[in-house]
Amino acid sequence: MKNMTLRDSANLAERFAKPSRRMFLSVTALSAAGFLIGCDSKPTTPAATGPAEAFDAAMNWFVRVGSDNTVTVLNKHIEFGQGTATGLSTLVAEEMDADWSQIRVEHAPADASKYGNTILGGAQGTGGSTAMADSYQKMRVAGAGARAMLIAAAAKRFGVDAGTLAIEKGVVRTADGSKKATFGELAADAAKIAPPAVETLKFKDAANYTYVGKSFARLDSPGKTDGSAVFGYDYRPKDAVTALIARPPKFGGTVKSFDDSAAKKLPGTVAVVQVPQGVAVLAKDMWAAIKAREALKVEWDFAKAETRGSAEMMADYKKLASGAGVSARKEGDAAAAMKGAKKKLSADFEFPFLAHAPLEALNCTVVLTADSCEMWFGSQFPSLDQPTAAAIAGLKPEQVKIHTLYAGGSFGRRATPTADLAAEAVGVAKAWGGKAPVKLVHTREDDIKGGYYRPMVLHRMAAGLDAQGVPVAWTNRIVTQSIMEGTPFLPAGQIDFTAIEGSADLPYVFANMDVDVHLPKSAVPVLWWRSVGHTHTAFATEVFLDEVAKAAGKDPLEFRRTLLAKHPRHLGVLNLAAEKAGWGTPMEKGRARGIAVHESFSSFVAHVAEITVKPDRSFTVDRVVCAVDCGIAVNPDVIVAQMEGGIGYGLSAALHEAITLTKGEVDQSNFTDYTILRASEMPKVEVHIVPSTEKPTGVGEPGLPPIAPAVANAIFAATGKSVRKLPMGTKVPA
Amino acid sequence: MDFTLNGKARTYSGDPDRPLLWVLREDEALTGTKYGCGVAACGACTVLIDGTPTRSCATPASAVAGTKVTTIEGLNGKVGEAVRTAWRELDVVQCGWCQSGQMLTATAFLTETPAPTEAEITAAMDNNLCRCATYQRIKTAVARAADIAKG
Repeated sequence: MKNMTLRDSANLAERFAKPSRRMFLSVTALSAAGFLIGCDSKPTTPAATGPAEAFDAAMNWFVRVGSDNTVTVLNKHIEFGQGTATGLSTLVAEEMDADWSQIRVEHAPADASKYGNTILGGAQGTGGSTAMADSYQKMRVAGAGARAMLIAAAAKRFGVDAGTLAIEKGVVRTADGSKKATFGELAADAAKIAPPAVETLKFKDAANYTYVGKSFARLDSPGKTDGSAVFGYDYRPKDAVTALIARPPKFGGTVKSFDDSAAKKLPGTVAVVQVPQGVAVLAKDMWAAIKAREALKVEWDFAKAETRGSAEMMADYKKLASGAGVSARKEGDAAAAMKGAKKKLSADFEFPFLAHAPLEALNCTVVLTADSCEMWFGSQFPSLDQPTAAAIAGLKPEQVKIHTLYAGGSFGRRATPTADLAAEAVGVAKAWGGKAPVKLVHTREDDIKGGYYRPMVLHRMAAGLDAQGVPVAWTNRIVTQSIMEGTPFLPAGQIDFTAIEGSADLPYVFANMDVDVHLPKSAVPVLWWRSVGHTHTAFATEVFLDEVAKAAGKDPLEFRRTLLAKHPRHLGVLNLAAEKAGWGTPMEKGRARGIAVHESFSSFVAHVAEITVKPDRSFTVDRVVCAVDCGIAVNPDVIVAQMEGGIGYGLSAALHEAITLTKGEVDQSNFTDYTILRASEMPKVEVHIVPSTEKPTGVGEPGLPPIAPAVANAIFAATGKSVRKLPMGTKVPA
Repeated sequence: MDFTLNGKARTYSGDPDRPLLWVLREDEALTGTKYGCGVAACGACTVLIDGTPTRSCATPASAVAGTKVTTIEGLNGKVGEAVRTAWRELDVVQCGWCQSGQMLTATAFLTETPAPTEAEITAAMDNNLCRCATYQRIKTAVARAADIAKG
């Protein structure tokens, strides 16, 4: 992670999977019943992938072939809905010519030496829509290597030349079909075969693909439709106690004193312990824990707490915005160009704090002993969770064993630089003395009030056009809390790229540009939230661009085309979405279209949103036409699902979501007042994938950024009024 | 207190105020019924009580005396199987946390309304939240399940 940023990661993704790297296959016998195969990717230069030492002992085990004829893919990423388990398995199945029915998938254990994410500098973790980009070549190598070993084992058994053998649906056979063997029948022999050099591996020709580029069943679908899939919240060892933490109502508050006499009198209460986060109750079950926490009396110390309301914080942001911030991009002389401009526009865009609110609230189960710590939860970032747990438990990282279970959504919440969840759970177990398994859980109220929000943001935009209507100046000042400062993800001296991504690298070309940023501090913990900085930069830039287009007398689509001449992949999705949506064709009265395009995490997405505005100013988003370019479409239906989900999640925030604070206390508590999108508000979504031979990139986040601006631009088209504050609610501006 | 759970006779003798949700998850180890909000606002904990979709997080254990409770683990029969088939055909799930509640709600709805309109489907499913926003597929799957159940 050190000397590594997510912004660099885009470049690393570019560089990844080129043949210049050396990959070594290795194999280990697995109780004579099968074998594991993996690849060790070794960068040719340390700069290409971060710290080289992370790879020195790497032996990434990705595929297990069992004598029971199963092929198990060890997923180095957590599956929390984004479809990674299916996507990565697709690549293995393809290169092995396995039968889809024999594919299984398991979460890999915490071991960065084997399961590190190259794009994240070798750390084991899921985020930044990197799973496919990082895994594409690794999984192909693992699959092709396994295939070669199975073929070699079959050649030996049949006494024929390996080149004459073929595999079809998991069965190796001779050319005349007279001899056949399943993977399971060959597994033990294949485990004795020396692993081939990566250079000798033959990858399938895309023309012969059975799985890649086709849509077929998600591997997690059966278990999630019969109740058998085990999520973190579902895991409960015998004799486990349930723990809830009473936390300070203002961020940065600490425990002054507490009275647990009433809580301890309740029959289900097991113990009450103080922890750094507050006061924890341990009880025989969830209901008892809820009752015990209600009975607890805690006095808090707010000396270091955030005591402002969010309205005061935004007022402070506006004051800050009157002065220049740290420059993030400078082209020409924007100030001079603005002075000479014939037409000038300016606008402030305001964004609230947002909660991730994954439907499965956070939880972590710990069994702590004097020399071991075993954890079961949806660990999104084992490389942070493991050392954090170890430090609190007083153990070595390798003494901490993490079992990653399904997680019911995350959207960023389960990966925190502080590893807050692991820290809480192990902290409670340690404080109590590890007397029984501890199941630390959050309630929905804990989740909504718990911080780690998408930061509040102010964008101050301005643009100038010359006498011919040509935009000659563009300025964008951002005020927001930093997500990255003080974390291992940000090298000293670098601007927090998550605050400016999408603004500083705006693809539109203006002769004179200034992008600068203020990063004020607050005790409110903030975090990446599905698509991170792009959640607000895409909105501010794409909505303001429509205002500029109107001032220039141009159609929004035409205007973008002109400014994106040197960005073929932006243009590709923009044109595809516009064409499929029938951009420019007449619409019924009260209806309008808006368009927006944005690149995030090296994928490109454009949306056309169609809305209907009623006379009472209420509006509905009826239809969204999406075009996505994410390189090779490994599993098209997973891509479609992620576009649908990104649109719905983004629309939810755009219409409804806000965390507000009054005197430092969060006003919302549950889905009753932190409102999210419902079935009746979900537009009809139509997804078009740009055919591509580029390396695959992520889809979990990129569908989100353009949806809110596409809707706002439709409102602008319908009413002439720009939406400048989110959430926009369900009525167009008066 | 006696009740029937997925066709089997059960007895409960604990705190009568304890929500059914925790009885199912902790005592019966039927963890397919999910906790989402605890205040009957999201629908993740939906089970069928005598065929009626009910929020188990806000249903005291005492309220199920003498009733028949069906959870995702016990979802079967013509309509229930059709719902499960449709959910799998369309790969509705993403994170999956809300889907048990969605499927039980859909089953109760289709049992009452075997040939629903699109508007009826949307209205029936509107109180079950999905944070992954799989709503488009949920609506399509309910319509598909109606077709499958018709045979």
